[in-house]
Amino acid sequence: MRITCPFCGERELGEFTYLGDAKPQRPAADAGEDAVYNYVYLRDNIAGVMSEHWYHGGGCRAWLKVTRNTLTHEISAVEAAAGAGAAKVGA
Amino acid sequence: MKYSIFSLARAALSGHKNWRPTWRDAAPKDRYDVVIIGGGGHGLATAWFLASEFGIRNVAVLEKGWIGSGNAGRNTTIIRSNYGLPGNTGFYELSMKLWERMEQDLNYNAMVSQRGVLNLYHSDAQRDAFARRGNTMRINGIDAELLDQAALRKMLPFLNFENARFPIQGGLLQRRGGTARHDAVVWGYAHAASALGVDIIQNCEVTGFTRDANGKVTGVETSRGKIGAGKVGMAVAGSSSRVAAMAGLRLPIESHVLQAFVSEAIKPLLPNVMTFGAGHFYVSQSDKGGLVFGGDIDGYNSYAQRGNLPVMEDVCEGGMALIPMIGRVRLLRQWGGIMDMSMDGTPIIDKSPVDGLYINAGWCYGGFKATPGSGFVFAHLLARDQSHKEAALFRLDRFQRGAMIDEKGQGAQPNLH
Ligand SMILES: Cc1cc2nc3c(=O)[nH]c(=O)nc-3n(C[C@H](O)[C@H](O)[C@H](O)COP(=O)(O)OP(=O)(O)OC[C@H]3O[C@@H](n4cnc5c(N)ncnc54)[C@H](O)[C@@H]3O)c2cc1C
Ligand SMILES: [Zn+2]
Repeated sequence: MRITCPFCGERELGEFTYLGDAKPQRPAADAGEDAVYNYVYLRDNIAGVMSEHWYHGGGCRAWLKVTRNTLTHEISAVEAAAGAGAAKVGA
Repeated sequence: MKYSIFSLARAALSGHKNWRPTWRDAAPKDRYDVVIIGGGGHGLATAWFLASEFGIRNVAVLEKGWIGSGNAGRNTTIIRSNYGLPGNTGFYELSMKLWERMEQDLNYNAMVSQRGVLNLYHSDAQRDAFARRGNTMRINGIDAELLDQAALRKMLPFLNFENARFPIQGGLLQRRGGTARHDAVVWGYAHAASALGVDIIQNCEVTGFTRDANGKVTGVETSRGKIGAGKVGMAVAGSSSRVAAMAGLRLPIESHVLQAFVSEAIKPLLPNVMTFGAGHFYVSQSDKGGLVFGGDIDGYNSYAQRGNLPVMEDVCEGGMALIPMIGRVRLLRQWGGIMDMSMDGTPIIDKSPVDGLYINAGWCYGGFKATPGSGFVFAHLLARDQSHKEAALFRLDRFQRGAMIDEKGQGAQPNLH
């Protein structure tokens, strides 16, 4: 598996760190315990195409959103994740 | 078929031509009292304990491939009971005690070898942590010995004691730990369960649940038709989320790949199982002579049963830091298996919120050693609708209650457990 970072180009996997599924959204502060439990602990654990967060620690140190098939490891898209790292390139 | 020195001698005299299959490959019946999904170690052990301890013999084990084709046949076969947290300590010791009598119980040679498991420490802080874990074990009646460097030099003179970054100061040894032949564990449980009437049904993939008007599970839909069940227990290792989703459940689990490695066969070298304490590397030597070793999971969600090169490199570096002389041994084979990584690194053995469905999941990469214990407590839960006392903390709702059992203290990040 190699990941093509939008900023650095194609790099070997060892440069990246995995966070996990990009889908769970942090609930609002007053959302209640169930919503927080859901967000922190429960996962779809998708067998198939999944959108996930990776960190390019051995390169540009940006957070990336990678679309990857968990059955084959095939990567179909890599983009900057929304947030601080992405702000650098105006995404 | 009962195995003994006489059956072996008889078979030898007839040129080993008269061995019969050790278990019965069954076709599905319409209905069972209990259906177990998953013909790995845990599913088969559960079926055997249901039949032998709890008197429930109208049981089927449904396996989508062949029995032992999952993690039961892919792991590095290490067994031990050196856990430090309440919930784990007692459970893994229950399992260890069952390993110690398994071969007699099953009338099957599972090559259980109590060659000792040695965890090496490389700093004062790590020694203190190991001393504490050893004390926890001993207070709970489990064997543990803290060895210093001098003792280790006598036992294992070839270790890299003077490693500049990670000098070996000593180790925590559990002599009763060791290894077992993984395939034989699967076959042994199949052999003994089958003899008590359990149907072992292969090439039978569960594709859904049948439910009554109240939502209670009444059976399973499979690639070999519908099968009715009084209760359904799932023990599908890395596939727990997928099977639970068929009943509308989401679990606190991610599926991850772990790789294992075997070298070419060499003369006897390693007397026990050992683990490197400054990285992640564990190794033992199989009776065929190959070094069997592994390390970290790859770290990303996967159902692919194969891993990537960075972990392979990391594992080999760990091996070289510990035993430099293995550098010239060639790697023979390497493979991967898919495991449930739970949110606190600890298993779940509980009733599910869906009536009639019971969960045995979240084994991470320590589930082989748990095989007999898991089978016993899961059978107890299925038979009595009550957790066994040694599994009473492995509840599904513990994350909601803040009662996690996080042996590594990593928090809700499955790839770090
Ligand atoms: C490389 C590797 C090394 C490991 N090393 C160790 C170790 O040294 N010590 C240790 O204690 N543990 C170790 N483990 C962990 C251990 O192997 C697992 O936790 C344990 O085997 C899981 O339980 P099981 O044997 O029942 O799983 P499995 O053998 O995986 O059984 C689950 C079965 O369910 C079947 N299944 C899945 N979905 C369905 C369906 N829909 N219908 C029907 N059947 C289905 C699968 O085909 C599979 O056969 C290791 C794991 C791996 C991958
Ligand atoms: Zn980059």
